[in-house]
Amino acid sequence: MAFIEARDLVKTYTPKGAPVVRALDGLDLDVAQGTVTALLGPNGAGKTTTVKVLTTLIRPDSGTAVIDGVDVMRDPDRVRRMIGASGQYAAVDENLTGFENLMMVGKLYHLGSKVARQRATELIELFDLVDAANRPVKGFSGGMRRRIDLAGALVINPPVLFLDEPTTGLDPRSRLALWDIIESLVSGGTTVLLTTQYLEEADRLADAISVIDNGRVIAKGTADELKASVGGQRVAVTLVTESDARALTDIMSRFGSGDPVEGGGGRTFVVPVDNGPVALSAIVGAAAEQGIALHDAGMRRPTLDDVFLQLTGHTAEQADEAEGTAA
Amino acid sequence: MTSATLQPLAGSAISRFLSDGWVTTWRNLMKIIRVPEILLFSLIQPIMFVLLFTYVFGAAIDIPGDGYESFLMAGIFAQTVVFGSTYSGSAMAQDLKDGIIDRFRTLPMSGAAVLVGRTNGDLVINSLSMLVMMGTGFLVGWRVNSSPLEFVAGVALLLLFAYAFSWVMAFLGLAVRSPEIINNVSFLVLFPLTFISNAFVPSENLPTPLRVFAEWNPVSALVQSARELFGNVPPGTPPGDAWTAQNPIATVIIGIAVMLLIFVPLSIKRFQTLSR
Repeated sequence: MAFIEARDLVKTYTPKGAPVVRALDGLDLDVAQGTVTALLGPNGAGKTTTVKVLTTLIRPDSGTAVIDGVDVMRDPDRVRRMIGASGQYAAVDENLTGFENLMMVGKLYHLGSKVARQRATELIELFDLVDAANRPVKGFSGGMRRRIDLAGALVINPPVLFLDEPTTGLDPRSRLALWDIIESLVSGGTTVLLTTQYLEEADRLADAISVIDNGRVIAKGTADELKASVGGQRVAVTLVTESDARALTDIMSRFGSGDPVEGGGGRTFVVPVDNGPVALSAIVGAAAEQGIALHDAGMRRPTLDDVFLQLTGHTAEQADEAEGTAA
Repeated sequence: MTSATLQPLAGSAISRFLSDGWVTTWRNLMKIIRVPEILLFSLIQPIMFVLLFTYVFGAAIDIPGDGYESFLMAGIFAQTVVFGSTYSGSAMAQDLKDGIIDRFRTLPMSGAAVLVGRTNGDLVINSLSMLVMMGTGFLVGWRVNSSPLEFVAGVALLLLFAYAFSWVMAFLGLAVRSPEIINNVSFLVLFPLTFISNAFVPSENLPTPLRVFAEWNPVSALVQSARELFGNVPPGTPPGDAWTAQNPIATVIIGIAVMLLIFVPLSIKRFQTLSR
C-alpha cells in the first residue's frame, strides 16, 4: 500500500441556480514514501479539493483516503498529528509577528511552550527570517508571508507535507528559494504532495506527476515518461502577424505527423514531426515561398505543456482563461 | 534541524481545550493591541453617544427623578455591548476569508476553542468599553442608586448577554462568510432594534405599534434590567404590559440561556463541517 493512497474520491457541489459541479470525479492517487508527487492541472481541475480532502478540511461524498495506514475520514485527529499543510494564500495571522505565528502553531500542536519556542526559533533561522521575526506579518512581502506559512506547516517536522500551489503569485527569486527549501525537506525524508499549474515546477520538483482535469487523474508517471508518451519531436513556429495563421497551419499540417495546435499567444503553432531537421527546413522554406514572415522557428523536445495539450486538448493557461481566472 | 516528528505533551482533553482556548484568546487580544483603532473606535463611539444624547436630547426629553443622564446610561451600555458583539461575526468571516481557519482546522486542536477565543475577545473589548462608559457617565452626572451587589449583577448581566450574542454573531460569520455583509446587515438590524426600545426614550410615549414592539424587544428587557439593578428607573414610569417588560431580569437570563444553548453547539458544528 502506498504511503498516501486515495481511491475513487468523489466530491460534488451544488451552487445555487447552477448545475452540479463534480469537483472530484473518481480520483485515485498513490504517493510513495519520501517522494514528491505533483498534482498538475488548471484551476478548477480538482487539485485543491484533493488536498483539502487529504488534510481533513472537507469530507468527500464517497471514496477512501489513507495516509501511512491511518484512515483520513475515520481518524482525522491522528492524521492532523502527522501532516503539515500550506495553502495557496498564506494562512498566517497578520497581526502577529513571524515568531508569534510559529509559536502559536506549536502551542496548538500541544508541544508545550518550551518546545514551541525552540522550534519557532529554529524555523525562523531555517527560513532566513531572523530580521523579520519580530515584526507583524502585515508588513511582510508576499514571499516572506509564504515562507512563514510554510514554516508553520513544518512546526512538528511532519512526515507528510501538503503544499497547495506553493509558489503561485511569487516573484521568480522567491520561487527559486522556495524550491530549494522543498528539495532540502525531501532529501530529509519528507513525503510531499504538491499542486501546481506550473509545468516547470512539476518538472523540477516532482518524482511523479498526476495530471488532473475535471476531477480525475488523466495521466500519471514521471516527467520523462509523460513527455515520452507524447512522443517524438516538434516544430514550433512563431508568426510576425496573426493573420498568416491559416496559411501557416496549412503548411505545418502538410509536413507534420499530426495536427498543428496553437501554442499560446495566437501567433505560435506547434506540430509533431517524424524527422525534425527535414520538417523544419520544409516548413520554413514553404513559408518563405508564400511570403509568410516568421518571427521564430525551431525544433523542440516535448514539454509538459505538450503533454497537457495532448491529454486535454487545451493548455493549462487556456483552461484558466476559459474560467476567467488569471494564470 | 530536528529530524523526528515532534510529539504532543501528555495531557487530558480538558487541559488541551483550555490551552487551545487560551492561545486563541491571546491571538484575539494581540489583535486589539496591534490594531489599536479597533479599541479606539469601540471606546470613542459610546463616549460620543453619552455626550450627544445627554447634551442634545437631554434638554428636550423630560425624565422625572434623576434626569435624563441617569435614564440614558443603561440604554447606552446595552447598545454598546450589543454592537460590540457583532465583531465576532465579522472577525470569524474575515478569518475564514484569510485562510487562517483552514490552518487551524488542519491542526490537532479543538475547533470549539477557536470560537471560545473569538467570543472571549469580544468580552474583553466590551468590558473595557463598559469601564470607559461608566467613567464618562459619572462625569456627566450618572449615579448608581443601588447596592454594590446589584451594581455588579447589572454589569454581569450586560456582559453575559453580549457574550451570548457574540456566539450568535460568530455563527452568522461562519454561515455568511463575508465580513462586509455581516457589518452592513448587523447595522441595519441592530440600529432599529436598539432604537425602537426603551434605551433612549421611555417607550410609553411611542406610537402604539412601536410601543408594542419596544415592550417585547429583548433589548428593552436588557436595558430595563440594567436600569433596575443600577437604581436608575425613573419614578412613575410603568414598564409596560408585556411579560418581558414586567419581568426584565428573568427575560434576559432566559435570553442568555437560549442563545448559548442554541448557538454554542450550532457554531461548533458549523466550524467542524466547514467546507468550501
